[in-house]
Parts: sequence; structure tokens; C-alpha cells
Amino acid sequence: MSLPVEAAEALQTFQNAAGWEQRARLLMQFGDRLPPLADAQKCEANRVHGCESQVWLVGDLRDGRWQFRASSDARMIRGLVALLLLRVNGLSAAELQQVDLPEWFTQLGLSRQLSPSRSNGLNAVLTRMNELAG
Amino acid sequence: MMIPSPWRADFPAIAALQRQDQTYLDNAATTQKPQALLDALTHYYANGAANVHRAQHLPGAHATQAFEDSRLKVAQWLNAGDSGQIIFTHGATSALNLLAYGLEHLFEPGDEIVISALEHHANLLPWQQLAQRRNLKLVILPLDVDGLIDLTAAVQLIGSRTRLLAVSQLSNVLGAWQPLTALLGMAKAHNALTVVDGAQGVVHGRHDVQALGCDFYVFSSHKLYGPDGLGVLFGRNAALEQLQPWQFGGEMVLDANYHDSRFRPAPLGFEAGTPPIASVIGLGATLDYLAGLDQPAVSAHEAALHDYLLRGLAARNGIRLLGKPQLALASFVVEGVHNADLAHLLTEQGIAVRAGHHCAMPLMKSFELAGAIRVSLALYNDSEDLERFFEALDQALELLR
Repeated sequence: MSLPVEAAEALQTFQNAAGWEQRARLLMQFGDRLPPLADAQKCEANRVHGCESQVWLVGDLRDGRWQFRASSDARMIRGLVALLLLRVNGLSAAELQQVDLPEWFTQLGLSRQLSPSRSNGLNAVLTRMNELAG
Repeated sequence: MMIPSPWRADFPAIAALQRQDQTYLDNAATTQKPQALLDALTHYYANGAANVHRAQHLPGAHATQAFEDSRLKVAQWLNAGDSGQIIFTHGATSALNLLAYGLEHLFEPGDEIVISALEHHANLLPWQQLAQRRNLKLVILPLDVDGLIDLTAAVQLIGSRTRLLAVSQLSNVLGAWQPLTALLGMAKAHNALTVVDGAQGVVHGRHDVQALGCDFYVFSSHKLYGPDGLGVLFGRNAALEQLQPWQFGGEMVLDANYHDSRFRPAPLGFEAGTPPIASVIGLGATLDYLAGLDQPAVSAHEAALHDYLLRGLAARNGIRLLGKPQLALASFVVEGVHNADLAHLLTEQGIAVRAGHHCAMPLMKSFELAGAIRVSLALYNDSEDLERFFEALDQALELLR
């Protein structure tokens, strides 16, 4: 399965990043570019539980393609979620089932964000995405 | 000014963590272990494990002897004397649940259980659930601006309906000694049972349960440089007579029939199943190690480090402390910075501190905070640990602001 163009660019950027500081800056930049969620969508029903910060995730299947939108009040998780959305938005339901998201974050050099003890919520976001995608 | 720890080398994990570029400042969650404990565990497992209080064979006799020696050492550590018994449980949480179930028969609908606003979930949820089971009123003592239980309010709230008071000695979020003498006095004046959660308090200084005068005192081994899976419940003799067994099975039974049984008195009657034998023996070794330290020197070291921590935090802009920490730890938030972001960047730099609600969600909600960063100290920490933390904090804040 080929990478979406934006995902391929993000991958290149992160693979060229030297050290934790640059990765952190990049995460914040990607997070800042995430299109904002309307306040009405930052509701309890859209909240992802199990995060230290507040994270909201909504997903629609449009013309057979997934479009997720998300937001968070914390910047690092917003960046991680932005990288997630770059990878999954536009995929068909069947493609979404097949995509190896832990592998995606490993390629980005961010695999530690998925360790079980992390309470930043990326794991919870992935779980929620699976629920939404059925 | 450098503050070295003369006990650092006694804890081999500190050097191992340092080799992994990790600075461990999450000691209120759990502590690293002294070599003396590792040796005791190895000795026990290498020389013949056996169950306790069961077998007549020699390994069983050795294990039982070592197990009971530890009980004596814990009693001495708390200066329990003949005033009560030491019961081993599977953790402090387990000990508090034992109390909430074992004392349940004493409560009538409408009776009151008094706790405080700063309780760890372990000293909140067992009582909250007991109150729901028995239709009791759970009364919450409020805090003053410094994070101490408000005694003026407590006088009003502890009354004739109070059947039990359960409070922390030292808050795991606010790092302040609570006014136990006054609170226990109020409870006793109304013939209420008293429970002290010493999970944090027992780690700092020495405490005398007879002088304290509580009915029950609870702590967990792993926060006191001991093994995990082990909690301690001290119970005063008269109070223990009111405690009923909670969990059943194993050597807690005196005589069992198919349809009825009789149970042992404390302590064994409250130690159902095989106890954590190695952990009990290990805690004994830890207490031997701790008893051999110059206690005033340990306290002075901890106080100097805490002062260093507070001054470092005060020197930085926008940092807000939770309460007025006196020792052991400091919890804080930074204006305009999400604690999850700060935690993320401290982790990236190998700083092991705790972020979040610290198992005290209602307390965090009362501060209107989703979470905070907590730095917590142990006797093996030194000023270099704190310097590394401050450097990482400055780097993180520079990135985030």
C-alpha cells in the first residue's frame, strides 16, 4: 500500500530530524497545522478517554473514504494525532483495516509514544479510531 | 552548593538507571531497593523456599522464623510494643479494603465516615463504596489554603454520628504533614475508630503508633524501599477485636467444617492464603538496613534536597506549587503549559517524574486542574539529580513557550 503524499513528506521530515528536540518542534508544528475542531464537536461523545489531556476524535466515511478530524488541548498529543490523520485520512474502510499504525509511528521515530505505560493517549486514540471504523 | 547522598551506592538500581540516562524522581510512586534487600531475596530463594505456618519440615521452620522475625521488625519500626498486632496484606490498598470490609458490620445506616479532601484513591474508594453499601454518609474534611486539613471545619464535621475517621498522614500530592494529633483527638472524643494512611508518611522519619494513638495504621512496603506486593496493617488490640475476617482460605482458619468454620485471631486470621513470604522477609532486611542509618542525617539530607527543589522551582517564572509542600515532594503546574506536554518533554530527556492526577482525582478537580507534575525525593537522590531535572525543565519550557 503506497503512502499518501502528505504522509510520505512527513515521514521524510521526521526521518531527517536529529534528536528529541527537533522531533518535539516538528510535532508541535504538525499539531499547529491540524485544522481546528468546532467547539460543538469538542463534546463528551467525541472525547477519547484514557488520555492525560483532552482529545476529541470524529470520523466520517465520505464516498467510501475515511475522513477523521481531531483536536487536543495539549500540543504534543495534537502533533501525534496530526501524524496519525495524515496516514489514515482518505483510506477506504478496507485499507484502514490493513494499515499498520504502530509501524507508522516506528518509522517516524516515535514508537515510544505507543508503549503501554504511556498515558499521553496515542494508544487510546488508536483504539477509538478502530471503534469508529468498526 | 552540592548535596551528595552518602547512601546512593547502597541502591544498585540508581547506577543502572544512570547508565540508561534516567534520573529517578518518582519516589512517592515507588522506590529503588537497597542491596541488603536484594541479598535477602536471593538468600531466601537460593537456600530453600517454603510456605509459612503450615509444614513441620525444616525449610518451613526456617521460612516461618524469618517471616515472623520480619513481623517483629515492623512492630519495632512502628514502636507497636504490646499495644497491637502487625498484619501483612498484599498492599496498602488491600489493607484499607480489609478495614472497609472487616469493619462493615459496625455501621448502621446514617452513620458517618469522615475522610479528607486530599485522600489518595486507596483511602477514598473503599470508604466511598462502604458508604454506598450501608447507606452511610461520607463526610469530606476540607483543606485550608496551605493544603492542610482545616481543623476549624473538622471540629464542626466530626461529631456524634462519626463512627470512623480515615486520614492520610502525609499527602502524596501536597507533601505536608496533616494535623493528626488534633484530628485523632476529635474522633476519639466521639468514640470513633481512627485509621491513618501512612503510605507516604512512613517513608520520612520514624513514627510511633502508640504515641500517635490511632486504632489502625497502614503503609505499603514498596514505598519504604521494600519489596512490592506487601502492605502492613497495624491494629490496636481493642480495635482488632472489632475487625472481622474479610478474605478466607489457607491458614487463617482454626477449624473448618463443610458448613461452618472458626477463624484465628489477628494477625493470622487476616492473612488468608499464602502470604508474600519473600517480600515479608525482604522488608525485614530493608528495615534492618534503614535502622542502621543515621536517622537525623537522613532527615537533614531530605530536608536540604527539598529546600533545593523548592528554591529551584521558585526561581523559575510561571510555576505554581500545589499547596505548601513541607517535605518529600512538590507538585506544580506551569502557567500556559499543559502538564502532559511538559511530562512528554521531561520524559524525552530521561527525567522520571510523575504527571497527572496522582490517584487523587477529586483533589485535582478541587484545584480545577487536570493534572500536575510531581517531583518526589528519596534518601538516595542528590542535588545533581535535581540539577538534571531543572536543566530538562528549562529546555522543555523553552520549547513550549
